[in-house]
Amino acid sequence: MSTTDVATAEPAADPAPAAGASRHRGGGLGRYLLVRFLLIFPTVLILVTVVFVLMRSTGDPITAALGGRLGPEQLKERIHAAGYDKPILVQYWHYVSGIAHGDFGTTITDHRPVTQVLTTFGSATLELAVYALVVAFLIGIPLGRIAAARRDKGPDAVLRVSAILAYATPVFFAGMVLKLVFAVWLNVLPVAGRATTRSILTMKTQGAGTGVYLIDAISTGDPAVVGDVLQHAVLPAVALGLLTAGVFLRLVRTNVIGTLQTGYVEAARSRGVSERRLLRTHAWRPALVPIITVIGLQVAMLLGGAVLTETTFEWKGLGFQLVQYLLARDFVAVQGMVALLAVIVAVTNFVVDVIAALVDPRIRY
Amino acid sequence: MSAQEPVIDVRDLKVTFATDAGDVAAVRGVSLHVDPGQVLAIVGESGSGKTVTARSILGLLPETALASGAVVLRRNDDAASSDVLSLSPSRLREVRGRDAAMVFQEPSTALNPVFPVGWQIAEGLRAHRRLTRAEAHREAVDVLRRVGIPDPEERAKHYPHQFSGGQKQRIVIAQALVLNPGLVIADEPTTALDVTVQAEILDLLRRLPEEFGTAIVLITHNMGVVADLADQVAVMYHGRIVEQADVRTLFSAPQHPYTRALLDAVPRVGGPRLRPARTAPVGETALTAAPSTGAPVVEARSLTITYPGRFRRPGFTAVDGVDLSIHAGEVLGLVGESGSGKTTIGRAIAGLTPVTGGELTVLGTQVRGIHERDFRAVRRRIGFVFQDPATSFNPLLTIAACVAEPLLVHGVAKDLDAARPRVDELLEAVQLPKAYGDRFPHELSGGQRQRASLARALALDPELLIADEPTSALDVSVQARVLDLFARLQEELGFACLFISHDLAVVDLLADRIAVLHHGKLVEQGTGAQVLGAPQDPYTQRLLASLPVPDPVEQAERREAWRALVTR
Amino acid sequence: MTADVSVPNDTPADPADIPVDALPSRGPLWKRLPVVRQLRTSVGLQRGMLVTGVVITAIFLVTAIFAPLIAPYGGSQLRSGSVAFGAQKAPSAAHLLGTTVGGYDVLSRVVWGTRTALLVMIAAVVLSIFLGIFLGLVSGYFGGWIDRVLVVVADAIYAFPSLLLAIVAAIVISKGQSSMWGGILAAAISITVVFVPQYFRVVRSEVVRVKAEAFVEAAKVIGTPPARIMVRHVLRNSVRTLPLIVTLNCSEAILTLAGLGFLGFGIEPSAAAEWGYDLNKALSDVTSGIWWTSVFPGVAIVLTVLGVTLVGESLNDLADPRLRTRRAAGRRGARAAVQSEVDVVEVDPLDAPPVADEDTSTGRTGSHDETTGGAR
Repeated sequence: MSTTDVATAEPAADPAPAAGASRHRGGGLGRYLLVRFLLIFPTVLILVTVVFVLMRSTGDPITAALGGRLGPEQLKERIHAAGYDKPILVQYWHYVSGIAHGDFGTTITDHRPVTQVLTTFGSATLELAVYALVVAFLIGIPLGRIAAARRDKGPDAVLRVSAILAYATPVFFAGMVLKLVFAVWLNVLPVAGRATTRSILTMKTQGAGTGVYLIDAISTGDPAVVGDVLQHAVLPAVALGLLTAGVFLRLVRTNVIGTLQTGYVEAARSRGVSERRLLRTHAWRPALVPIITVIGLQVAMLLGGAVLTETTFEWKGLGFQLVQYLLARDFVAVQGMVALLAVIVAVTNFVVDVIAALVDPRIRY
Repeated sequence: MSAQEPVIDVRDLKVTFATDAGDVAAVRGVSLHVDPGQVLAIVGESGSGKTVTARSILGLLPETALASGAVVLRRNDDAASSDVLSLSPSRLREVRGRDAAMVFQEPSTALNPVFPVGWQIAEGLRAHRRLTRAEAHREAVDVLRRVGIPDPEERAKHYPHQFSGGQKQRIVIAQALVLNPGLVIADEPTTALDVTVQAEILDLLRRLPEEFGTAIVLITHNMGVVADLADQVAVMYHGRIVEQADVRTLFSAPQHPYTRALLDAVPRVGGPRLRPARTAPVGETALTAAPSTGAPVVEARSLTITYPGRFRRPGFTAVDGVDLSIHAGEVLGLVGESGSGKTTIGRAIAGLTPVTGGELTVLGTQVRGIHERDFRAVRRRIGFVFQDPATSFNPLLTIAACVAEPLLVHGVAKDLDAARPRVDELLEAVQLPKAYGDRFPHELSGGQRQRASLARALALDPELLIADEPTSALDVSVQARVLDLFARLQEELGFACLFISHDLAVVDLLADRIAVLHHGKLVEQGTGAQVLGAPQDPYTQRLLASLPVPDPVEQAERREAWRALVTR
Repeated sequence: MTADVSVPNDTPADPADIPVDALPSRGPLWKRLPVVRQLRTSVGLQRGMLVTGVVITAIFLVTAIFAPLIAPYGGSQLRSGSVAFGAQKAPSAAHLLGTTVGGYDVLSRVVWGTRTALLVMIAAVVLSIFLGIFLGLVSGYFGGWIDRVLVVVADAIYAFPSLLLAIVAAIVISKGQSSMWGGILAAAISITVVFVPQYFRVVRSEVVRVKAEAFVEAAKVIGTPPARIMVRHVLRNSVRTLPLIVTLNCSEAILTLAGLGFLGFGIEPSAAAEWGYDLNKALSDVTSGIWWTSVFPGVAIVLTVLGVTLVGESLNDLADPRLRTRRAAGRRGARAAVQSEVDVVEVDPLDAPPVADEDTSTGRTGSHDETTGGAR
């Protein structure tokens, strides 16, 4: 019999107030956050290792990328120069220690450090992700609350089916339909890209150069450029945002329905608190903790969706670039970008845990 | 309107619920009324409709419910009265909290975990009156002080998880009182609390009519609580009130057979026992070893059990240096409140929790550090009855399969068919029809399941039976039958028994000796007469004094004794 | 009423408090099958959703099974007789849904695509379910450091964008070659890599919950060997939610397959018809206003996922007592129920303990479990 199974069994059998007290004893928030922070490292290490193992099981990256284009001798030379003929564990060690120093490798096809690829294309993906999150929050959360409040009534039925539909529609198909309707048939929005060539030139010469086009466009002070950038953003943001909004809607609905049925909401109702306030405050705040946690996980899904959205709209971000490297079989680039994404995901989850801790006094104290 | 008019007047209330099994009548024509400053107790077992009746007063029924009749509630300023059942949602909202308020059973679920308690009290105020945040807060602090929360200015900013169970219930009561309603509905207000805390909450509730002029509708299944608090009593059974009388009349001269059966089923400390007392050793001190011939079945010497802490935090010591022994054929009652470590001791003897210090010998085997393989032979000589009959059976196996499990595991029977004769015999022994063996656990009631649980524990004819709160999840009349059965089987089979319970009266029914645990330490041990008749330890004294007895006259005296004890 | 006062209330517990799946019951086997049972117990909107989902899924299955009879042409057919179909032809009598840029018949591609989707779905779920259940059961039951390591690994993979992981896995597994079965298996295994952590997490948390239940303790006290406890007591009680996860994973599998195909890492068009690939090829058509090459395969994906998800969502709602809709008390039924004193079912739903969250569970409450009802 192991010790852990006792620890889980006992509180149910004999609910000791002392056991409750022990939960609040000790470091509290600081300790909790420290543990969460330290968890970033194994998470990144595991993902990096998984990707490394998967990638290397296909053979060495040089042959994969350049095999057929170079002669066997040249290939051998390149492989030796890059150290891919060393034992796999040595290669693994080099790779992991490189990442620890912020070196994610250099692409084979175009000889760029992976970190530079990130700085070049990261801003575009960030911009898209933020737009999509804004759309998702604006649509998903209020509608989720409405669905929960009007549970099993007409509005709830419509909203739920819409949410499932949003989930069932692949983001690239949604993007294509949006394109077809708004860019081709109605011809009110651009088909693809992040801005017209003219706007890009203007931003290059007069903009702030952040890579986030909206900021760059505003800094040029030219309303036409700003309008152009925004017009280009609408369809990708809506496509990716709607998908995420569907997830948020279901998430909010389920959790709010859960808290609406708790004893404390019933208790507040018994004291005459209005239904509106019950929904907006009493049931909302406790529901927020699980909602925030899951939203954190959704950031990862958003990145996956961004790959598809960027390909659909030729939005030159990390996802678009990743697919190009994948098609070119440039596995060093792929490996490096995936490792970077792993860091982003792990850090996001940590940030989400911090926010959840700030919302939930049971963690805070 | 004169002050003599009732605060609440319920006339011919009927409530029906929709369930998967069809419509179900939960309340079938209940009429009752409560005068200002009076306490009406509605007594009944689960399923009697008492809670539904109480919730109807505030219109707090789920959407699946349909209510008819009239529930006339008087305004707290005596200006008017209204029929709750026919109010519009917005009028109903005005009535709730202002004219009548509710105290819930489970204080930890009745408080919102993510808001400070002061804010939660203020919410009720601000729902009815136009107050600034500061004014509402001031009133909240004031009411917290009145219900006995020390340092209310500071504590109002705290969150529910920072309070103990008893304090949480005080806060729930404060929430109910803050709008000064004419009526407080208390739904099992002390059921989730330990006996000593229950006494304090009852004391607080008793002051409400005098200090706040509030009438109380008290919902409870506990006759002791009724005797302690109520002026009037209504006994509910199957959705109807079968008897209604003032408290002294009801207890001294119950009219309806159900009331009589109910009162008879309530165990009392010092009342008639279910088993003849064994020839108790006279004159021995509480802690010295015991009487009977041969080695004890269970022997603990400075037994210590510590649960490891997580993330290198210090562990939690649940049992701290306990000495006790159980002899062959003896029933030892182990009493304590939640967190006292009583369950842990039972689990350690059954090999479910590792012993971390001291010595524990079970049936001649040293348990500390023992390997599971070596303990297996001992296991077949031990039976265990769990607290919750709802979860102690695998829901996917039939009762017969569950009862046969020990026989199969220890190779006594080859398969279920071979075990069946013995299973039938066991079911018969616990007074269950043989055919019940083919039923699934959820097709049995709680009492029936607990009897099947007893059958399973006795399958291998154990020398030692550990019963962990075997009746605490059962209604009182069901409990009486299970305890009775238990006593008869012990008499017949002569097994030694560790009987764990929080209820002194239940333990007193069965045990030869009683051991009292407090915070993991054994504070007192001896025969029932010694421990309950003349307790030596201050904790035992307080525990005993806190226990309300089902007799209003006697309870009034005990209440004074309790007050003297706690203020001492 | 006076006759039986000595045994009040000792009637079976209310079945309504226990999730539908939890209760073994009698009756013909088909009535006890997961979806069938829910169909019989659901009401209102939930029933509507479930029925819609079942119908769509049934159409999908029928199409997949009878694809050769339904599709006018083969999935990779480019010409009928010696006449080529031609590329990007608008819908016509010969090609009801038009032809693609590669010269395939859109209708045939859509119909044959159901087969590919179904095969990948089955392969992925079957592969991942066994591995996931095994790992979850062992890890959850024994605990210890293996459990902790597996949990961290599963959490890490779970948190990562599943599509990216599937792409990486797809490249590794297929290595460029993509016959029909090779492609389907490659896609299925890539999806499995993503699913195993999901099954692991679900099964493990269920196992940990079930392990703490009194009936497992009861088995331990008896001296039941761990293997018997795991199989007889823990496993069967831990996989109750699986039908639900399976349906949700089926839809996830289709979406992942389509995503892989769309990015060009799926199955070659000559090997099998695959909707995601067709959408990839249709991407440039959209710009020139050719809508039929994208809309039909896209709608096929949406409908298939919608059908399976509707079934999954309904199962989820019905299994969760908090989300389940109950019929409202009938205005007529109110009186009818009281007619017979013998048959009347006693329920006091409010006397039951409130749904406690994990840190408020109480050890003892007086009127805990004796909610009566279900007279038999």
